[in-house]
Amino acid sequence: MPSLGADMEAGTLVQWLVKPGDRIKRGDVIAVVETEKGAIEIEVFVNGIVHSFTVQEGEKVPVGTVLALIAADGEAPAVPTPPAIKPVPPIAPPPVRPVTPAAAAPPPRAEKQPAPAPGPALQPSPARLRISPLAMRVAMELGVDPAAVKGTGPGGAITRFDVEAAAKAKAAPPPTPPAAPAPAALKPARPAMMAADKQAAMRRAIAAAMARSKREIPHYYLGTRIDMSRAMAWLREENLKRSVNDRLLYSVMLLKAVALALRDFPELNGFWVDGAFKPGEGIHVGVAISLRLGGLVAPAIHDVDKKNLSEIMTGLHDLVKRVRAGVLRSSEIADATITVTSLGEQGVEHVFGVIYPPQVALVGFGKIVEQPWAQAGMVGVRPVIMASLSGDHRASDGHRGGLFLAALDRLLQEPERL
Amino acid sequence: MTDEEIKALVLRELSNIAPEIDSSRIDPAVNVRDQVDLDSMNVLDLMIAIHQATGVEIPEADYPKILTLNDFVAYLRPRLKDR
Repeated sequence: MPSLGADMEAGTLVQWLVKPGDRIKRGDVIAVVETEKGAIEIEVFVNGIVHSFTVQEGEKVPVGTVLALIAADGEAPAVPTPPAIKPVPPIAPPPVRPVTPAAAAPPPRAEKQPAPAPGPALQPSPARLRISPLAMRVAMELGVDPAAVKGTGPGGAITRFDVEAAAKAKAAPPPTPPAAPAPAALKPARPAMMAADKQAAMRRAIAAAMARSKREIPHYYLGTRIDMSRAMAWLREENLKRSVNDRLLYSVMLLKAVALALRDFPELNGFWVDGAFKPGEGIHVGVAISLRLGGLVAPAIHDVDKKNLSEIMTGLHDLVKRVRAGVLRSSEIADATITVTSLGEQGVEHVFGVIYPPQVALVGFGKIVEQPWAQAGMVGVRPVIMASLSGDHRASDGHRGGLFLAALDRLLQEPERL
Repeated sequence: MTDEEIKALVLRELSNIAPEIDSSRIDPAVNVRDQVDLDSMNVLDLMIAIHQATGVEIPEADYPKILTLNDFVAYLRPRLKDR
């Protein structure tokens, strides 16, 4: 079960899209997983043949759980059937590579996710409770005694979901025949989440990520006004040549300019993991997309710096559609190396965003407004946008952040080169 | 197309984009974007949908003329009068 964001602890395998014996290649979508962020299509990161499934449809399992065994190309195809496969964690015999499909990147945050230990699951020490800080906080909020909760996380750790399940069980009237204890980590999936549940789950996921961000990330904020007259004039001309199906939105120019500027400021593009900065492999820009019924997700458009404006527009259009339909791919959810938010549509001029951990920067854009603009001793009226940078002061300093915004400004003055 | 048909068409496409709206409560004389939360991608999608349904391509330069449902009717009527 891949980690699809800093806030994810578990996911429900909704559907396998392949079967044992199928040949698969890197990037194929092999399963659909339900998370707080909606349904996510899981991509695989090796070429090979599906050997067997270790998690069945309908099961909810913690992040890090092996979902399937895949005989990767070049490995002995004759695979002994693994004896009595347990769902947690890897117990694969050597010739088969245990696969937590795709998108382990960004590297899972350190504190909450002990890497799945090879060999049998660790026994929880009786002396010390294995519980994530998040789960502990939720337990306190819900008035649940953590010692009485059965952990289903890696190594028997108590997750937030366990705590919530315990709270629910406590709240519900006790069933007349005492229910059989649910086997650890093998709880049957809840029936398809209701819309209100999904709303609440997404709200909790956002709450967890944003609280972590403000707790851990020392933000600094910078802002600058950018004259958009050249960019908008260029866009008007360009869109005249295009049919309505191929028209560009100005936000596409902003995304491209951010990506190009990042080439010279790698310290803003990547992750803060285990007390150190880890640069992103590629410039994958997460785009904050709000959902009509509340909440938001910020899936990535990959390699934005290498795409032309039409390709970015196609990617953005496709992404918005799939966000609203509730189906995203694992790499889109997990890969973003920076986030861009544009709240201008709602009419605000300034946005100072909260960084999405473990990323280290967020670029915000307000709405384009006509403003008096002084240049060379003359005052004119220009369309102006306010660009802001929220930076993680552990990874970068305001001086470099300021240079980044200046570079962004320069790029937007030469729209034909974007 | 009659005015009512045009209005119904625009409302249908609008509902596809913003399923939460109650189209019977849209005031045809008030700016649509003041009644429905639409971002620029939604507006583009609406224009694409109208183009697909009617063949009429609305250039960006005309967007400022088309703010209300009545504006849509007035804009599309002469372009659709033979259909």
